[in-house]
Amino acid sequence: MALAGRSGSAREWDPRMPVPAGAGIDRRRFLLGAAGGLVSVYGAGRLGLTGRVLGDGIAQAATVQSPTSPVLVSIFLQGGIDALSVLAPAGNALYQQLRPTLAVPITAGTPFTEDPSLRWHPSATSFAQLHNAGKVIVLPGIGYSSPDMSHFTSRHYWEVGATDTSLQTGWLGRYLDIAGTPTNPLQGLSMDGQMNPTLATAVNPTAAIQTPADFSLWLNGVWGDVFDWTLDSASALGDAQHHSKDPAIAQVAEAASEVGIVRRALAPFRGANGDPAYTSPVTYPTTTTGDLPQRLAGLAAMIASGLPLRAVALTTDTQFDTHATQASTFDTGLQLAADSIAAFQADLEARGIDQRVLIHVWSEFGRRPQENGSNGTDHGAAGISLLIGSRTTGTMIGEWPTLTNLDINGNQIENTDYRGIYSSLLEQWFDQDAAAVIPGAAGFARHQLIQ
Amino acid sequence: MASLPSSPIAVYHGPFTEREATRLLWRAGFGPRPGQPARLAALGLDGAVRSLTRPSGPAQLIGRAPRNSNGGPLDPTGVWGDDHCWWLDRMVRSDQQLIERMTLVWHSWFATSIDASNAELMLGQNKMMRARALGNFHDLFVEVTRDPAMLLWLNGAQNSKWSPNENYARESMELFTLGADRGYDQLDVHEMARALTGFTNDWNIGVGPTNFRYEASLHDEGVKRIFGHRGRFGYLDTCRMCVQHPLHPSFMVAKLWGYFVGAPVPAGDQRALERTYVASGFETRPLVEAILRHPLFHEGPSMVIPPVVYCAGLLRALDLTIETDAWSWIGQQAGQRLFEPPNVAGWNYADWLDTARWSGRFTAVTYALQSRVLNPNGHSYPEHESAEEALDSALRYWGDPPFSASTHGNLLAFSRRAQRGITADWEQVTYRILRQNALRALVPTTPEWQCC
Repeated sequence: MALAGRSGSAREWDPRMPVPAGAGIDRRRFLLGAAGGLVSVYGAGRLGLTGRVLGDGIAQAATVQSPTSPVLVSIFLQGGIDALSVLAPAGNALYQQLRPTLAVPITAGTPFTEDPSLRWHPSATSFAQLHNAGKVIVLPGIGYSSPDMSHFTSRHYWEVGATDTSLQTGWLGRYLDIAGTPTNPLQGLSMDGQMNPTLATAVNPTAAIQTPADFSLWLNGVWGDVFDWTLDSASALGDAQHHSKDPAIAQVAEAASEVGIVRRALAPFRGANGDPAYTSPVTYPTTTTGDLPQRLAGLAAMIASGLPLRAVALTTDTQFDTHATQASTFDTGLQLAADSIAAFQADLEARGIDQRVLIHVWSEFGRRPQENGSNGTDHGAAGISLLIGSRTTGTMIGEWPTLTNLDINGNQIENTDYRGIYSSLLEQWFDQDAAAVIPGAAGFARHQLIQ
Repeated sequence: MASLPSSPIAVYHGPFTEREATRLLWRAGFGPRPGQPARLAALGLDGAVRSLTRPSGPAQLIGRAPRNSNGGPLDPTGVWGDDHCWWLDRMVRSDQQLIERMTLVWHSWFATSIDASNAELMLGQNKMMRARALGNFHDLFVEVTRDPAMLLWLNGAQNSKWSPNENYARESMELFTLGADRGYDQLDVHEMARALTGFTNDWNIGVGPTNFRYEASLHDEGVKRIFGHRGRFGYLDTCRMCVQHPLHPSFMVAKLWGYFVGAPVPAGDQRALERTYVASGFETRPLVEAILRHPLFHEGPSMVIPPVVYCAGLLRALDLTIETDAWSWIGQQAGQRLFEPPNVAGWNYADWLDTARWSGRFTAVTYALQSRVLNPNGHSYPEHESAEEALDSALRYWGDPPFSASTHGNLLAFSRRAQRGITADWEQVTYRILRQNALRALVPTTPEWQCC
């Protein structure tokens, strides 16, 4: 059940244990914009965004971005989702034999148009519909050679974009260090309520929120101007010690500093009582498992408002680490993820910003073809990724990995390296030289992702 | 008080003042009560450490019992979130602070989540860990291995000879005793899973998971090959073999050290600590005593106070008790909901902050001060209080923390700004009350107050 990014302490004892990306990094001090007038922001009128409420760094970033600036949304299906259930070889006799209780029935779900031997799981109908509309690239055999079956290590590899346990910056974090600015924390936005290691930078600031509506602070017995000055002071205390040589002090100070910026930028999204001050043009699914739909709805509203987001990372509330009674977790979890992402895509289309956004759906590994007898599956190797968006080619990359040629641990073997996909994304979506971001980028095959 | 045994491990010999005592209280407990640093400093380093590591008799909970937001008693097994508040209350009120702190260490070390079981089973595990907080690691590991909440969380109860499940076997080596890929491979995982077979439980409507037990008929009695040894191993064997593995002591020492000290353990002391640990028969207490006396503990870099420790520390500093069940969601927002660690690897003690979790800490301050807020509509407040006087008063409220000139200057700047904001007569008193409430909130949100 180990999951990377936020585990353990004292990783010094063995260099082979990955240090979570983002841990202990001293990022450059983030200065609260003080001077500067009211800067117009693209799309600002709708929400009344101005340089004063945004913080000048964000306002400037917003003015220099064009209405077509690309946004990449990374959605992590945590725990290692069972690729053999997402896209199932339902008619395959060996599959039915390996999965006596978990196999997708031969006629269930929707046929996969690019490979008639596969069917989408009944819970993935939303993905099937998006795929049929040409908006999904399926990567059915993604992974890396010498796969690591530890959640912690494999997830770390995916987060940092290299099979390197010592790398402490995320692959999108390194991109932001090159292409981002030192004054715009929204350029790398974690929507997990805490920093997503994929976005861990070495230099430039990033921000973590849950939804734009619930990022609020209050005190009893302090109001009006005095309250605003109090929060300004809390952030100024952070500004003053952001450069502290003491890494603990610097860690707290950095967060305090960035809170001031993000608080201002998101103020227009907060209604009374923490309700959203925005509405969605489409209906998102309702759920009692976390708030993925609400987070994606808030994200669409933020992108539409012109806030200068570049890389956004979210993690599912569902744990797909289905060692036992897999169906009870998997079916509802996949349904929620697929329906939420489809609603998000429809939201982007309704707002006319779908050309700007690409969604990357991934997990740290697939699961073992042979189910384990607890009606579940153990950790596997090759897994599935999806790239979703109006500008994707919609054509499968790689092929479904066979069940007749498994690795020494009985797991499927990858045929598409995830680092080649990262490199292709950087080059084709962000117009960024991948060699500066992905170690050994030249050695990984590129794939056409964008129309 | 008798002194602690002499040790080949470096020992701090500098002055043991209120400053060092304060750090000890934050790292080996949940922060100081008013006046406590002075009392601890008077014991000297060894006496102070001994008072924490060798408490006598059962723990006492000091002060008023906790209450929920309606003024009623907490119901830790019946009300969502009260489990968190129940333990937080022990952190605030127990007179055996290190026992609670070590229980928190084990909760993160053997991180188990309520998501896979229920509050009753989680509190049962918590009680087991508290009883063994400073005890023998091997014995603790055995109890964890057959603990019902853990058997559900890592599928030990679903691991039978008919259907081996690798989850617990893998994590028991990767996260609990050895470290990733240190001295084991996938074959060891597979074979250890077989050795761990035999646990099961029932499920009753209305009760949920119940009747946890070991059944020989579910156990794989065949020969297994683990760490190069062959035998008809069972779970007691795998626990022993993990702890006796040559790479376990180095894992143990470095991981335990990391919970208490913000700098890596020096190589020579690492080896000496490993020898101490092995010679003691895998006892935890001698390790903790050595770490708490180490020069790097007292002179090394500061550490960010973990979120639940911060929450408990706010209440302790003000001699308050729990009066709202909001503390559970505040813990969540601040990044540490008890009984619900983010994953089996526990909380990442190297990274406690970002914009969201900082906001959770701010909310903790809001709630800690809730019952103490000065009423802005009241009139009994010094009408001519200066900016300096207001700051002094707020610092005194928190026991005069030793802030840097920079932090003091920033707080004073706020105090002056609030005073400049007074333009109307009615604001003379009201703004000064708002300012005092604000200053009292700002003091514990400063980076310096949040580190120890």
